[in-house]
Amino acid sequence: MSVYINQDTKVIVQGITGSTALFHTKQMLEYGTKIVGGVTPKKGGTEVEGIPVFDTVKDAVDQTGATASVIYVPAPFAADAILEAVDAELDLAICITEHIPVMDMVKVKRYMEGKKTRLVGPNCPGVITPEECKIGIMPGYIHKKGHIGVVSRSGTLTYEAVHQLSENGFGQSTAVGIGGDPVNGTDFIDVLKAFNEDPETEAVMMIGEIGGTAEEEAAQWVKENMTKPVVGFIGGVTAPPGKRMGHAGAIISGGKGTADEKIKVMNNCGIEVAETPAVMGETLIGVLKEKGIHDKCKTH
Amino acid sequence: MNIHEYQGKEILRKYGVAVPNGKVAYTVDEAVDAAKELGSSVSVVKAQIHAGGRGKAGGVKVAKGLDEVRTYADEILGKTLVTHQTGPEGKEVKRLLIEEGCDIQKEYYIGVVLDRATSRVTMMGSEEGGTEIEEVAAETPEKIFKEEIDPVVGLTAFQARRLAFNMNIPKDYLSKAVKFMLGLYTVFVEKDCSIAEINPLVTTGDGEVLALDAKLNFDDNALFRQKDIQAYRDLDEEDEKEIEASKYDLSYVALDGNIGCMVNGAGLAMSTMDIIKHSGGEPANFLDVGGGATAEKVTEAFKIILSDASVKGIFVNIFGGIMKCDVIAEGVVEATKQVGLELPLVVRLEGTNVDLGKKILAESGLNITAAESMADGAEKIVSFVK
Repeated sequence: MSVYINQDTKVIVQGITGSTALFHTKQMLEYGTKIVGGVTPKKGGTEVEGIPVFDTVKDAVDQTGATASVIYVPAPFAADAILEAVDAELDLAICITEHIPVMDMVKVKRYMEGKKTRLVGPNCPGVITPEECKIGIMPGYIHKKGHIGVVSRSGTLTYEAVHQLSENGFGQSTAVGIGGDPVNGTDFIDVLKAFNEDPETEAVMMIGEIGGTAEEEAAQWVKENMTKPVVGFIGGVTAPPGKRMGHAGAIISGGKGTADEKIKVMNNCGIEVAETPAVMGETLIGVLKEKGIHDKCKTH
Repeated sequence: MNIHEYQGKEILRKYGVAVPNGKVAYTVDEAVDAAKELGSSVSVVKAQIHAGGRGKAGGVKVAKGLDEVRTYADEILGKTLVTHQTGPEGKEVKRLLIEEGCDIQKEYYIGVVLDRATSRVTMMGSEEGGTEIEEVAAETPEKIFKEEIDPVVGLTAFQARRLAFNMNIPKDYLSKAVKFMLGLYTVFVEKDCSIAEINPLVTTGDGEVLALDAKLNFDDNALFRQKDIQAYRDLDEEDEKEIEASKYDLSYVALDGNIGCMVNGAGLAMSTMDIIKHSGGEPANFLDVGGGATAEKVTEAFKIILSDASVKGIFVNIFGGIMKCDVIAEGVVEATKQVGLELPLVVRLEGTNVDLGKKILAESGLNITAAESMADGAEKIVSFVK
C-alpha cells in the first residue's frame, strides 16, 4: 500500500514533446513508472521514446486506460491542461509547471468542484512511491521504500528531508510535493488524511514554509484526528516581511504567515518541529524512538 | 509587481472607478503647471514612491494656492522618505502626484485580495478607513466585513450592496459605492492584481465616492499577458541587483548580511538563510537559481552575488532534481574565471549528476571548500567570514 500512486498506476504525460518533459519521461521510465502515453496537440499519431502521442487527453485515456497524468505544459497554457485532465475524468493530475497566474488557478479550483480528479500542484516536484512509481521531477535514487510519509510545499527541501531519512535507514511510503503556489489542488490536510489511512505509513514528515495559514490548519487537524506521529519543519524563519521568497505563496504579509507563528501552533498541536533543515531526519528519528516505533520504521 | 499611486489611479479611471482629478509631475514647475490646470482652490502634493506610510513621513501636503504647491513640491521632490515600509535607508522621491483637494465626509477601507483558505477572491470593507487595516483587524475585527467572490459570476450587485450597508455607507451614496466596488473587482480580475487596496475610500460633500489612495500590486506570473502593466514598471524603485537577476529569471532578494547564497529551489534557499543565521552568520541574499538553470544563468547569478560589496564569502547549496549538479559546477567555474574570486567559497552538491559536478569542481584548480551537508557548509562559511 501507499498513497495516491503505486506500481500499477498508468500515467500519461501532458506536453510530452517539450524538452523538460522528455528528459523526465526518460527518467520516469528508467525508474519503472508505467508511462503509457503522451499528449501534445497536433502531434497525435507520432511516438516519443516508444510511447504513443495523442492530440487530446480524452483520446489518450480512452486508448491507454491511464488513470493519472503529469503536466509539463508551459505556464500560459497549463491551467487549460489541468482542465483537460479533469474533463477526461482522470483520478490524479500532477502539475509540475511553475509560474501559473493565480487567477487561472482560482478558475481551475472552481471548475474542479464536484469533479473526481485529484490535482497535486502546480509548481511541485510530484509524487513518488519509492521503488514502485515516480511521477514528477525528483531524483529517484535518494528515495528508499519504507514507512515514513513525506508531504511538503517545497521541492528541494523535500529532497533534503528524504535524503536525510534514507541515509539513516528510514525508507518512505510516499513523498508528496503539494507545491509552493497560493492556490493549489491537494493541501496538507488531504495528504495527512491519506497517510493516516495508509497501513504502510507509520509516521509523517510535514515540511512547510512562510506564507498563508495552511500549516496552522493542518496542525489543528493533526491534533484532532491524526493517530500517527507527525514531525515538522518550516522554512523561512529569517525571511523579512513583505518580500516574496521565490514561491508566489511564500510571503509574510499583514503580519500573517510568519514561521514563528506556524512553529508555535504546530508545537501546541503536538508536532515536534526541527530547529534547522539539517536535523529534519534526526528530529523524526528521535520521535520514532519516543513512540517505540523506531525499529518498525527502520528499513535498511 | 508594484506600481505608483498615480498609475494605479489611471487604471481605475479606465474602468470607471472614481478617483480625484490629478496629474503626475517630475519637476517643481510641472507640479505648479499641473495645479494650475486642475484649477481647484486646494491641491494635494503627494510623493510617489513604492511604499506606504508616506503621509506620516511628510510626503503628502495639502496646498492652498499655487505658491504653496511650489513650496511643497520643492520640499518633497528629491527628499528621502523613511517610512515603516522603506527600511531605514528610505526612498528618494522622484515623482509627485498633484491632485485636486476634495471635501471629505468620511473615510472607509476597501481591499481586494486572494483568500488562500478558500481559493477565492475576497473583497473586504470597513468603516475604519485611513488607518492601517492590520490595526483594525487586531483591535476591532468585527468592523471588517468580507464578501467571497465566485469566479463564475464575479462580484454581484447584492454582495456589493451588502458590503456597503455593513460598512455604514450612507444610502445616498449607495449606488456610487456599488459601482465603485464592481469596477474595482473587474480591475482586479482583468489586470491580474495580487492586491487592490483603496485606503481611504471617501465620500465627499458633493455626493461622490472616490479612491483617495490606490495601492495595486500585480501577479508577476501574469505579466506576460499584461503589457500595459509592464510599461508601468519603475526601475528606480527596485534594487539594482534584483533588476539584474530578473533579466535572467533568477529569484533574488537583497538582505543585510555578508554571506552570499546561491541555492536551487525557494524552500531550500530560504532554509539556507535560516541555517546560516542559526550557525551565527548573516545571509546577504536569497537567491534561487530555479530548476531550468543553464551554466550561463549560474554564471550571472554568481556575478550578481559578487557585485554586492558587503559579501565576504559565498555558500553554494545545491540539491539537484530538475537541476543538474554538473551545470551548477560549470557555471561556478566559468563565473570565477570571468570575474576572479578572492572570497572564500563553500560548495555543497547533492542530487542529480552529483559525482560529475564534484569532479568538475575538483579539477578546476579553484580554491573551493567542499561541504558534506548543508549544516557542514553553513558552519564552514560562517567560520571563514568571521
